[in-house]
Amino acid sequence: MSEKLVDIRDLTVGYHTKYGRLVHVLRNVNLQIEPGETLGLVGESGCGKSTLGQAMMGFLRSGSKILGGQVKYQGLDMFKLSSKELEGIRGKQIALIPQNAGQSLTPTLRVGKQIMEALDLNAGIKGEEAKERTVELLGQVQLPTPDEMATRYPHELSGGQQQRVAVAMALAGNPDMLVLDEPTTGLDVTTQAHILELLRDVVKEMGTAMMYISHDLGVIARVSDRISVMYAGEKVEDATARQLFKTPSHPYTRGLLESIPRLTLSGIPKSMPGQPPLPGTLPGCHFEPRCQFATDICRQEAPKLESISKTPDDSKKGFGDHLARCHHWEELTKTDFSEELKEVYQDVRKEISTEPAITITDVEISYYRPGFLDNLMGTPHPPATVSGINLTVNRGETVALVGESGSGKSTIVRTVSGLLPAKEGAISFEKFDLTTDVDDRPKELQKRIQMIFQNPDASLNPRHSVDDILDQPLKLYFPDMPQEERDKRKRSLLDRVRLDYRYLTRFPAQMSGGEKQRVAIARAFAAEPEVVLCDEVTSALDVSVQAAVLDLLADLQKEHGTTYIFITHDLAVVRAFADRVAVLYQGRLCEVGTVDEIYSPPFHPYAQMLLGAALEPDPDMEPLLIGGDTPESSPPATGCPFQRRCPVRVGEICDTTMPAWVRPEGSIDHQIRCHIPIPELHAMQTESVAAD
Amino acid sequence: MAAITPEVAGTQEESLQKRKSPFVETVENLRRSWSGKIGFFLIVFHILLALLSPVIVDALPADPFTREAGRNAAPSLQYPFGGDEQGRDVFTRTLLGGRTLLLVTIFGTAIAMTWGSLVGILMGFLGGRIDDIVMRLIDAFLAIPWLLFLLLIVGIVGTDPWIQMLTLGFFYGIPAVRVSRAATLDYVTREFVLSARARGEKKRTVILRELLPNVTDILLVEGAMRWSWMMLAFISLSFLGFGVPPGGGRTDWGLMISLSRKIMALQPWATFGPIIFLSSLIIGINLFADALAKALGLDRSQGAPV
Repeated sequence: MSEKLVDIRDLTVGYHTKYGRLVHVLRNVNLQIEPGETLGLVGESGCGKSTLGQAMMGFLRSGSKILGGQVKYQGLDMFKLSSKELEGIRGKQIALIPQNAGQSLTPTLRVGKQIMEALDLNAGIKGEEAKERTVELLGQVQLPTPDEMATRYPHELSGGQQQRVAVAMALAGNPDMLVLDEPTTGLDVTTQAHILELLRDVVKEMGTAMMYISHDLGVIARVSDRISVMYAGEKVEDATARQLFKTPSHPYTRGLLESIPRLTLSGIPKSMPGQPPLPGTLPGCHFEPRCQFATDICRQEAPKLESISKTPDDSKKGFGDHLARCHHWEELTKTDFSEELKEVYQDVRKEISTEPAITITDVEISYYRPGFLDNLMGTPHPPATVSGINLTVNRGETVALVGESGSGKSTIVRTVSGLLPAKEGAISFEKFDLTTDVDDRPKELQKRIQMIFQNPDASLNPRHSVDDILDQPLKLYFPDMPQEERDKRKRSLLDRVRLDYRYLTRFPAQMSGGEKQRVAIARAFAAEPEVVLCDEVTSALDVSVQAAVLDLLADLQKEHGTTYIFITHDLAVVRAFADRVAVLYQGRLCEVGTVDEIYSPPFHPYAQMLLGAALEPDPDMEPLLIGGDTPESSPPATGCPFQRRCPVRVGEICDTTMPAWVRPEGSIDHQIRCHIPIPELHAMQTESVAAD
Repeated sequence: MAAITPEVAGTQEESLQKRKSPFVETVENLRRSWSGKIGFFLIVFHILLALLSPVIVDALPADPFTREAGRNAAPSLQYPFGGDEQGRDVFTRTLLGGRTLLLVTIFGTAIAMTWGSLVGILMGFLGGRIDDIVMRLIDAFLAIPWLLFLLLIVGIVGTDPWIQMLTLGFFYGIPAVRVSRAATLDYVTREFVLSARARGEKKRTVILRELLPNVTDILLVEGAMRWSWMMLAFISLSFLGFGVPPGGGRTDWGLMISLSRKIMALQPWATFGPIIFLSSLIIGINLFADALAKALGLDRSQGAPV
């Protein structure tokens, strides 16, 4: 084995609360990283991943302290170094790439200048040479026209481009090690896939080691040589990427893997109940309360991190033993996990009625408000944000709207809910016209259409208790209901979203993300709605919680026959949950069909691009990257909306004429809008899949 | 996710054991801070004094309205601050001098904050053209030198305390509109407001139930600060002779300072009394407002965009 680049031994970190109690964040963590190796760190929120990443940089959050162990980088103890010596390592030898690059760049300086500063500070390169190197770096992170990019300000770049600049800055000091803390969270799937490929290439080329922190197992699978699973401040499993995904040997790892929706399997995954406890609060195994394999010994005795198998040295990197912290790992590894996994997914598909609930006809929505002068001068209006939407949502059905950010998904849903006016077209729900403002709708109609939002932190008023929150719709829609009846309803609502009635007195700040989203769901269902609009309801949640929320929504649908319009950018969630899918690009529909139709060829080129970029928790799966990831800010005035990014454009016709809807042979629901004839499209795509 | 949450987990657990209402927590925080305690003491002292001073003065041997102390008399045991230009006892006059000031500014501040914050929240919530028009109007009012305007109104309508209350209440509500509107804009785009609107809640409900509780913190601190500024305005009016009119059985610190300032070099004690009383009140309010802001978790140096 070669020399260790990073050697973390028995690291224990904790802090004192204001009541003087000692709380652990990390407990006896051992980690080694070899030069050029990529270590992935996974776990739910609050498991100590980021603390570990920061400790790697010789940094601790104020109030936290090292209670034991050490962090060694090339033999140097990071917490024994003077701040001067640390300066010599940070940025030059270890560089950090944070989650939100937009916030880590200075808004008032051109990005080129910022990279030159990093070059000066971390590599001692100045003047003309620095300028050249800057352009070189920007080229290395695959930004188009690096010369011109260097002269831009951060706000003139897209999220993905900002993240690329952050990578370039980190590379300026030519470091041996990169610490990445969720660098692609919050980016679109296509952008994420491109950035990950970039990181893989750069690391291979420069021989840089990485510590990659993420909650997303798909991302981790793609970049990591070796993976450490963190739970409650402890390492519970450590294995090569391939081994971890093939034979997960800790119940927690299995739980995580089982709770991910997959592109290849339809149905809702199993959820893992509960949340991680505070580190060091249980005498036995910390996962025991959530574990289905737990026995008496788990309660009494904390398991040790044992070596369960030697990894064959199949690659230079990622060599090491497979470690697991479980009393029952032998039982777990007896069965074939990939076979078991197939039984986990619970199919929620049901008979769908053909009675339409909501019909959207030729809807156009525009945010553009011409000013007085524009009217006077007759300035031409820019193309509408959303245009030509035709969609029928049947009763009891789940229709997913899919697309990157800026594709107009939320805009459409907000128009249906009456928060935004439609410029043209009609939306009808039974005898009602839904293009009216929400305030002008009869109460009966308001009650029947409800909405759930993406971020439960923002959608619940921080000053209201759960009781207040649930009281509001009840008071609004059932003004004659007596107090006792309302109280009874509130309890039964909480019961239906599987929360204890004692939650009534809690405030949002006193609940976890999953609990808050349950309350938000309970609030929507308090109205006994027929249609529920779900705006990215699971994207702010941990995977384990996401599965539970999807499961809950499916159950409520079964019980009440609710119709869902479901917005998401996560194609695996769509696969798990939706009946029909509408793919949107720049506010225009590209492809509509049932889930099975959408997920198999023929595809619209954009749908194929999205599907290709989606990552599965499988280290052997390579994303299929087609075209660039540069997002557009406004739709083109004429022609196909996808013309500028399409990898298979046919010619001028794409710029001038909007393609007509075409129905592939033998399908009833499936429609694609592309100038390429369907059989040709089909042939092209089956070929590329086969080649893959 | 990246927002690593050991702290959150810790507070969660503790909050389960002891769940305090936000009000109790704020009071506890205030009690922990020295400036809060001193400020609170000074404010209470002045309010009690204003309420009780007629009784106290009656019990004292000196009389504030007769010229018994002697013109420009030096301090003595019976007349601790000496006599003013007309021979009246400065000490008893000082005790009485805060009554009108407190009456006018307490109610004036209440009026200012009520209309100012409601209009501000409404404008922040409504947005659009009406917001544009109202805010430009507010800007226009802010551009007027307020003291001249006050003098004009008081000069025309008179110096009745009720008139002053309403005039000051109106003028001091104008910046409160700006502050509450700015605070509201932070919340208006939050999804809980959107969610209430999507439910079909009335505008009034959204403003009073969803928005107001979230900006109360800022408004409380803003109100306390505005109170002290309004006092300075009232004292200025008084100093210029438009606050409490001379004679008529009422007196006021501003007026006293104004009357005695010509002989300040010779007989400083006649101005010291009212100056010390006035300063201690305003310092008390400022200390309290700062402590309140800290107790509520606001940073006054960053917040309050006027």
